[in-house]
Amino acid sequence: MSALNQSGWKPEMGPSGDAKPATFTGNRALMLEEALIFEIGTTDTTGVDLPEVGTVATRLGGLERHRTIGLPGLSEPEAVRHYTRLSRQNYAIDLGFFPLGSCTMKHNPRLNEKVARMAGFADVHPLQPVETVQGALAVINELAVWLIELTGMHGVAMTPKAGAHGELCGILAIKAALEARGDPRSVILVPESAHGTNPATAAFAGFSVENIPATSEGRVDLDALKARLGPDVAGVMITNPNTCGLFERDMKAISDAVHAAGGYVYCDGANFNAIVGRVRPGDLGIDAMHINLHKTFSTPHGGGGPGSGPVVLSEALSPYGPLPFTERHADGRYSLVEEETVGERHPHSFGRMTAFHGQMGMFTRALSYIMSHGADGLRQVAEDAVLNANYILRSLEGTMDAPFAHSGPCMHEALFSDNGLAEGFTTLDIAKGLIDEGYHPMTVYFPLVVHGAMLIEPTETESKATLDQFIGAMRSVVQRAKAGDPSLKSAPHHAPRRRLDETLAARKPLLVWREPEEAVAAE
Amino acid sequence: MTRYYTEDHEWIDVDGDSATVGITDYAQSQLGDIVFAEVPAPDTVLKKGGDAAVVESVKAASDVYAPVSGTVTEGNDALEGDPSLVNSDPEGDGWFFKLTLSDTGELDSLMDADAYKAFVEAL
Repeated sequence: MSALNQSGWKPEMGPSGDAKPATFTGNRALMLEEALIFEIGTTDTTGVDLPEVGTVATRLGGLERHRTIGLPGLSEPEAVRHYTRLSRQNYAIDLGFFPLGSCTMKHNPRLNEKVARMAGFADVHPLQPVETVQGALAVINELAVWLIELTGMHGVAMTPKAGAHGELCGILAIKAALEARGDPRSVILVPESAHGTNPATAAFAGFSVENIPATSEGRVDLDALKARLGPDVAGVMITNPNTCGLFERDMKAISDAVHAAGGYVYCDGANFNAIVGRVRPGDLGIDAMHINLHKTFSTPHGGGGPGSGPVVLSEALSPYGPLPFTERHADGRYSLVEEETVGERHPHSFGRMTAFHGQMGMFTRALSYIMSHGADGLRQVAEDAVLNANYILRSLEGTMDAPFAHSGPCMHEALFSDNGLAEGFTTLDIAKGLIDEGYHPMTVYFPLVVHGAMLIEPTETESKATLDQFIGAMRSVVQRAKAGDPSLKSAPHHAPRRRLDETLAARKPLLVWREPEEAVAAE
Repeated sequence: MTRYYTEDHEWIDVDGDSATVGITDYAQSQLGDIVFAEVPAPDTVLKKGGDAAVVESVKAASDVYAPVSGTVTEGNDALEGDPSLVNSDPEGDGWFFKLTLSDTGELDSLMDADAYKAFVEAL
């Protein structure tokens, strides 16, 4: 593939020359520099005219603020331009390929957006009387039914608001189930190939966490897991497909062993997009699994929208799930089961995770996605995600070290290591080089089981042409790293900012804006 | 004073029943720039192989394990203000904690400098 001529330069123009004249404004053509809102706004300006406050008696009892708050004001056009300019400096799935492994940055279908903006879904309030929001409750209920159907599970908690929140929901259900049978257990086992949030969730819920090693194939070491099971083990948290991009083939055997030892099986379902329509986690003996609607079911995320992490539960754990949930009556009416209305029906619930009913805007989008794809379409989503990832794995394994390429086909993501780069060249250099090529970098240095990991997830919505161009860019950047090209060490060269000092940013983060003179005084 | 090493890339200097623990030069080079370190408080009781401290770099967050069992006598508070000490002097000023050993017999399972060097070269 020939290199793209991005400047439009032709030989008859003479030497191109890289030196660019500085501009008066600091802008580079129509890519505008943008200062912070504190630096462009003033406290004397406002975008809205508010009536003068009349004389009123204060009821704050001396708690009123005496210092000026210092919020900058902008006129409406200034505010619109500020945020629009910032948005142009962002990289987004709507701008280009976004191969961030483990994050599933797939296209967000516009049909979902249209449905979510319908007034009956968009303009309702969670405190409205249920008779006035029957359609919205029907969406929650219908989505719940399909999530149970797709996973082969018994129940679902719709309220968790993201993946890790869903993990917490599942672990709290496990904890409640153990307490209910008078068998408090203290240990959660987490394999090396699990998501990093898994041990964090277990620790947050009060369990101690123990690691289970991975095999050289990149899967859970079943024998090591079995050897550790015992009366103190509350359960395991397994990511399947795992963060090496591999399906845990021993999942059923793992579940059976954990159940035989009296524990429960939590599955991190963040990678369900690789198996939706093909594998039902309920058939693998899983007791709880969160589903990232913002991954598998295409709702926007990563700054574009909130996450949503409903948790499907086995028959054993369903009684312990949180309130509220929806209920469909024989006459087609829907109601909401909350503390006031639950009566004696759900006595073992561990409580409530959210003030209201979950991420309504994501429910409408996810249901729209499920209904517009149908069963065959969802199956094809998984198949194409896996096909695209394998295309990348096999196209790059000759250029890059792919430590688990011998473990069979990958699932939805392909994992590479930094093995074979020239002395002093790292995964970070490749990520920065990719920015120059116009791509959001892949996930780097995760999972930890691979040295200098690079985790690439193309998703099913990318065309072969897109993948081919990306593969060409990866080969070019990796060849430069193997050849020791010094210009790669200082990449990116074409981005609005050069390589940032991530160490200084982490060691001495500036989290609060201050007036420049105040900041100097605070040093 | 004798220095021992673990397979998790900690070093431990032992003098009688008191010891100083840190991470090896190899460990810091693999982690990259250290941006945060959390050391145990005095009187914390540690079990061999259990979590003792936390080290975070621009690439990863890792636990530092107790090479042997014992009771912490001092954490290196300097790391809180300047975690880069772990990069610049990992086996000196970048130490993590000191402890009183509860079972010096546990030292037998650790490596000496030559064995650790061979262990790292084989990685």
